[in-house]
Amino acid sequence: MIWRMGLLALLSYWRRHPGQAVTLVLGLALATALWTGVQAINAEARASYDRAADALEQTTRPSLVPSAGDRVALEDYVTLRRAGWQVSPVIEGNLSAGDTRYSLIGLEPLTAPAVPRGAGTGAEGLSAFFGPPGQLLAHPDTIAALAGDTDLPPRVASPDLAPGTLVGDIGVVAGMLGMGDALSSLTVLTGQPRDDAALAELTPDLHWQPPREGTDIGGLTRSFHLNLTAFGLLSFAVGLFIVHGAVGLAFEQRRGLFRTLRALGLTARVLALLLAAEMLLVAMLAAGVGIALGYVIAAALLPDVAATLRGLYGVPVAGAIALRPEWWLSGLAIALLGTGVATAQYVWQLARSRARATAIPRAWARASEGALRRQAVLAGAILLAAPLIGLLGSGLAAGFSLLGAFLLGAALALPPALAGLLALFERRAKTPLTEWLWADCRLQLPGLSLALMALLLAVAANIGVSTMVGSFRTTFTGWLDQRLAAELYLNLGEDARAAELRPLLDATAEAVLPISAVDADLAGAPGRLYGQPDHATFRDNWPLLAAGPEVWPRLSTGEGVLINEQLAYGADVAPGDTVTVDGTALPVLGIYSDYGNPRPQAIMGLEPFLTRLPDAPRHRFALRVPPETVPEVMAELQAAGIRPDQMTDQAALKQVSLQVFERTFAVTTALNILTLSVAALAILTSLLTLAALRLPQIAPVWAIGLTRARLGALELVRAGLLALFTVILALPVGLVLAWVLLAIVNVEAFGWRLPMHLFPADWAAICTLAVLAALVAAAWPARRIATRPPAELLRRFADER
Amino acid sequence: MNADRRRLLQMLACTLPVPALGQGFAGLGSDADGFAIPQPDPSFRFPADHGAHPEFRIEWWYVTAILDGADGRQYGIQWTLFRSALAPEDRAGWDSPQIWFAHAGLTTPERHFVGETLARGGIGQAGVRTDPFEAWIDDWSMVSRARPGADAFSALDLRANGPDFAYTLALDAEGPLVFQGQNGFSLKSATGQASYYYAQPFYRVTGQLDLPDGPIDVTGQAWLDREWSSQPLEANQTGWDWFSLHLDGGEKLMAFRLRDDGPGYAQANWITADGENSHIGDGAVTFTPLGWTDIDGRRVPTEWRLQIPARGLDIATQPLNPHAWMGTQLAYWEGPISFSGSHSGRGYLEMTGYD
Repeated sequence: MIWRMGLLALLSYWRRHPGQAVTLVLGLALATALWTGVQAINAEARASYDRAADALEQTTRPSLVPSAGDRVALEDYVTLRRAGWQVSPVIEGNLSAGDTRYSLIGLEPLTAPAVPRGAGTGAEGLSAFFGPPGQLLAHPDTIAALAGDTDLPPRVASPDLAPGTLVGDIGVVAGMLGMGDALSSLTVLTGQPRDDAALAELTPDLHWQPPREGTDIGGLTRSFHLNLTAFGLLSFAVGLFIVHGAVGLAFEQRRGLFRTLRALGLTARVLALLLAAEMLLVAMLAAGVGIALGYVIAAALLPDVAATLRGLYGVPVAGAIALRPEWWLSGLAIALLGTGVATAQYVWQLARSRARATAIPRAWARASEGALRRQAVLAGAILLAAPLIGLLGSGLAAGFSLLGAFLLGAALALPPALAGLLALFERRAKTPLTEWLWADCRLQLPGLSLALMALLLAVAANIGVSTMVGSFRTTFTGWLDQRLAAELYLNLGEDARAAELRPLLDATAEAVLPISAVDADLAGAPGRLYGQPDHATFRDNWPLLAAGPEVWPRLSTGEGVLINEQLAYGADVAPGDTVTVDGTALPVLGIYSDYGNPRPQAIMGLEPFLTRLPDAPRHRFALRVPPETVPEVMAELQAAGIRPDQMTDQAALKQVSLQVFERTFAVTTALNILTLSVAALAILTSLLTLAALRLPQIAPVWAIGLTRARLGALELVRAGLLALFTVILALPVGLVLAWVLLAIVNVEAFGWRLPMHLFPADWAAICTLAVLAALVAAAWPARRIATRPPAELLRRFADER
Repeated sequence: MNADRRRLLQMLACTLPVPALGQGFAGLGSDADGFAIPQPDPSFRFPADHGAHPEFRIEWWYVTAILDGADGRQYGIQWTLFRSALAPEDRAGWDSPQIWFAHAGLTTPERHFVGETLARGGIGQAGVRTDPFEAWIDDWSMVSRARPGADAFSALDLRANGPDFAYTLALDAEGPLVFQGQNGFSLKSATGQASYYYAQPFYRVTGQLDLPDGPIDVTGQAWLDREWSSQPLEANQTGWDWFSLHLDGGEKLMAFRLRDDGPGYAQANWITADGENSHIGDGAVTFTPLGWTDIDGRRVPTEWRLQIPARGLDIATQPLNPHAWMGTQLAYWEGPISFSGSHSGRGYLEMTGYD
């Protein structure tokens, strides 16, 4: 009975203060929402990667690939099968429909290790899959995108496939790609032992390729998701401050009630349990709202994230969010954890306190100089420890621990720093009013400090992440300009065709630069080796990060190779060292940046390359033509029988890349605004709380002649100033955050380091936005002061002890 | 992987379907759209008819052998190449509508090994060539080494393997080809469903089995069946029980019963030791199950009584290994048997439609 009465008494507080109840639930819900939304996006992306990897089992199995060229003869397949080899043929190619490129895969379902679900469903069974006209299996999103395309075989939905991939019978796909009897590779089935000698005897043109570690798309995009997760965690940290503030307020204001309940016979233990139960209730409610909100956020952002991942890494991700327990459970957990962290301290104190002591105001809004000093020391210690974590640890975990420690230290350092700043201004104040303003600011600081710390974190996170994304964008587009220096790229598919068309190309373009590449073993890992002609296009534009002397002449004479940054990090080599290419040690002449590619890569001069690999394919070209003539040249080449999908217009390619980045920005901006909103909410709750507590301070000022309107305006000024100071202090914190993300987290996750670019205009925008948010949050409390009835202010004096 | 393999099997089941309700075993009761239909009084032409008949829906080259090992134990093997057509024609390359699949079984008293493989027609991974004769799929093969001028089936080399076994056998015929049913026209129902069916039941066998414990030299007798059709089953027929028996006196007996919702439809051929062949029609042979074996929840009659009063035959059969279940995607029971009663000897039993 007493339990029920006690709980009702506690809950009645919220009925009398619905605003506070809403704030508490909303703060916690918003924090949970951001976290959950990010987790949902990550979970969906991961599920897509797994689908892509599993559905065809191609990445997880070894394969037999041509030693030269990119075709496997059908006879080689039959020869191997007739020798008892367990292999299955695969054809891969691209399909352009509209302005989208799809990856098209042909499987032989009788021998394939796996066939996506959906194949051969229906009354006609396998014959429907074989055709004619055959079937193309695809993710429902892809089917929707291709709806109405009547030139393609009928599409069938398969839950196993990642978006952007079409799978058909090998015969159907061979026909679509004009492959004739040629195959792309042979997948090696389980149980087939590696026997290179037998392979060399049976099919000398093929070699065994181990499963490609480098195509682990989960690893490739890890950095992107880690950044998203970091964003989610920061948002949650910001939300935690709100919850902490709201819970603290609720406890402080109910001390009288607690005393009454204790006097009525409720033991401290029961009271603590009741409060814990109440908070659990609040947490569950907030978690529900937060998870729902998170779903909305994720659903709104996922299409952009999917576009980013597809554009950046060629990773297909579904455009719809599924309700996966892994993310909504994590949302629930974080809401409970957050409430627990915010509540534990109070419940613990209550459970141990004597009955009367519960009534003594702990004055959470009152701080001593000593407390601030202790906080400053703690902050300093944490800030000093942060670099140590970075130095001692390694890997992503250390990178994130460093970030966490640094942000915590910075947040803790904020109130002492602000107090010092305000004290400085107070000493320099010229008029009594400004002196009072600074002093009053300082008095308010402890009550606002949690909210201001939240603002600091939000602004720092925004600056950090936007700097990182912006740096990435600048670097990547600059790099694209360099790497895609030629105006037109051709892939003619076959060497014979290329030889036939070569005279036409020579006559059409200012320069025809052949490109040839083969898979190669680079420093013990599977990678790709390119042959590149000696031409000004490359000499002038190629993005070298480090180079030895005479790079280009030495490259063209075969004295060494250029390697990409990933290979340089992986093999730990620098110009002047050597790196093994298919077992031969070659000097490293230079290192180039190679974003968006997870695998090791090396470049050799074209002539030494072809001498070494006479059978390498020779059907890809870069063409230099005057940029304005690109459409004409393309039309001319098309008239000569070159298909549009065999030509890539550099400008078009760049445009696609830029679109991708705009979409990335859309995600970042959305998250920026959301975290700032959470911080603004924190300021609002804190100011509302303070407004009630501060009457004793305001009443005398009103009594000596300041109008209520003026007092309200000063209230706004004060909030704006505090926000401004906080934002200014957040700037360096955000830049350090960006540096850690770019120089530590990215290198760990990606294998490349991005140069940091500074975007002062962005900072100005974020800071303005943050101050505006603070002003909006302060507007309501300020108005309440400005419109407070004089009688209430007068009563203050009567109430004063 | 397993899930994927199951998926593939389900998918294949649509093409070479296992019993669907009212469809009969292997979907063979379905309409013959465009496929040729066997006609009575066939005249076979060799070597052409040893080869494939793509205008028919289904066809097989089927060898069973009862073997005695040098270790004194009994063994049995099965080697079957199936052809299943999606359309009544053949084309080169991936466009070929012909699908090939093959089953290999090796039965010991304790174990039953199964191998299976599949291939597309048109690309050379599987097929049948008549001159010189060769039937193959992957590295499984049945190759003629007949003397010039002799029937291609008079001498064959047979090989197949599975994940944990392999065999290489030499088959030498000691009698003529035998035309089952009525001169090779084998009725499967009272309403006229039929197949073309001939056999070579007179093989002597020598060769080697490769088992997990090591190789074993074997000798014995083998029986080759050639059969093709487009709709050998009625829609209400659910499966068959089929016997090929080597009698100790040198006679051969082929007998089968197609099960349906009524008494079933039975046929047999009695072949004397010198190859004289007489047809025994429905009603003249009775099949009575005597004992059952539970195999993964299926109840399979593995012991039988077979009676042909007109020939004075009344025998009871015993399996060498009652668990000779072919867990292939078209699942069935197939294994060596021995029999006693009015006659004794050994043979092979195949039972479909118990899956």
